[in-house]
Amino acid sequence: MTAALINVPRKARRGDIIEIKTLMSHVMEPGYRRTAAGDLLPRDIITSFGCRYNGEEIFRADFFPAIAANPFLSFFTVAKESGKFEFEWTGDNGFSETASSSITVE
Amino acid sequence: MNLLRAIAVATLLFAATPLLAADIPPNERRSGYSFMAEDTRTIQDDDTANPGMLWVFDGETLWNRKTGDAGKACADCHGDGRETMKGVAARYPAFDKSLGRPVDLEQRINLERTQRQGAPTLPYESRDLLALTAFIANQSRGVAISAGDDAQLKPFVEKGRELFTLREGQLNLACANCHDDNWDKHLAGSAITQAHPTGYPEYRLEWQTLGSLQRRLRSCMAGIRAQAYGYGAPELVELELYLMSRAKGMPIETPAVRP
Repeated sequence: MTAALINVPRKARRGDIIEIKTLMSHVMEPGYRRTAAGDLLPRDIITSFGCRYNGEEIFRADFFPAIAANPFLSFFTVAKESGKFEFEWTGDNGFSETASSSITVE
Repeated sequence: MNLLRAIAVATLLFAATPLLAADIPPNERRSGYSFMAEDTRTIQDDDTANPGMLWVFDGETLWNRKTGDAGKACADCHGDGRETMKGVAARYPAFDKSLGRPVDLEQRINLERTQRQGAPTLPYESRDLLALTAFIANQSRGVAISAGDDAQLKPFVEKGRELFTLREGQLNLACANCHDDNWDKHLAGSAITQAHPTGYPEYRLEWQTLGSLQRRLRSCMAGIRAQAYGYGAPELVELELYLMSRAKGMPIETPAVRP
């Protein structure tokens, strides 16, 4: 099923500042809520996100319980060369998702 | 003493308010979208930022997946949903001849599952039912709402209207007291809005997930401290039908994003 929505420009001119937008499907259960019966709902969150541009890490973020479900991130980088952006999310209960997107730089 | 006087004045004002103001004139009708902050509108407008799109894409996967004893997918009969489902959600709830009453889109999906696919029904608010509903409704994005046009639906639209104007719950409020009479005001800092169901299922930031119109109606009922009708209750479908007929001509936005 669909895990991530990624928005990277397909084309850019060399030196352009481009915006990268990612949205990952996740409940982000903070670990503080209780069920109607009073049992604690265990924490289940994404803990880390990283983005690589042709293998080089350009962005990394740690996530915490106060971050909303289906977390959306937007960040910027300089378009240096054609290639691939690789995204990786890891979290509680062995959560691990990856996605990628290519760009043509002219 | 001042407090008591204020309460007395407030009570008098409240009692003096006419039971119901008139319906909202067609040229003053506004989607909930126009009441939102720009940030929330930006999320809705961008399909790569709108979390509701996760359900839409999941729904497309389910549309093409074979299920049930019949081993059929929705697509086996209906083809490419992106083509064949255009405009369908704008007509729902629609009259079902065999049941003799209106069914909403969720109930239609479940009827198809049990009657044609030999698959179990999906509960309201389950991920799969929301996904299928969102996928189908998304194909009507921009299509004008026409639900309630069918002459057979007339008595049900009327029942829905009665429910909309019926005071109930410990706060003794009807839907109309907020959404017809006070839609230009705020309640606890939030815009009241005119209650046009243009974008369901919709992503509510408060819910942190996608939800159906019935979920929205049930939470309004809890808000006025009334006993909410159960999911799938005929009363909720009649309310959905009345609200859709009240929003006639307004474009579908699914998946909408709301606070």
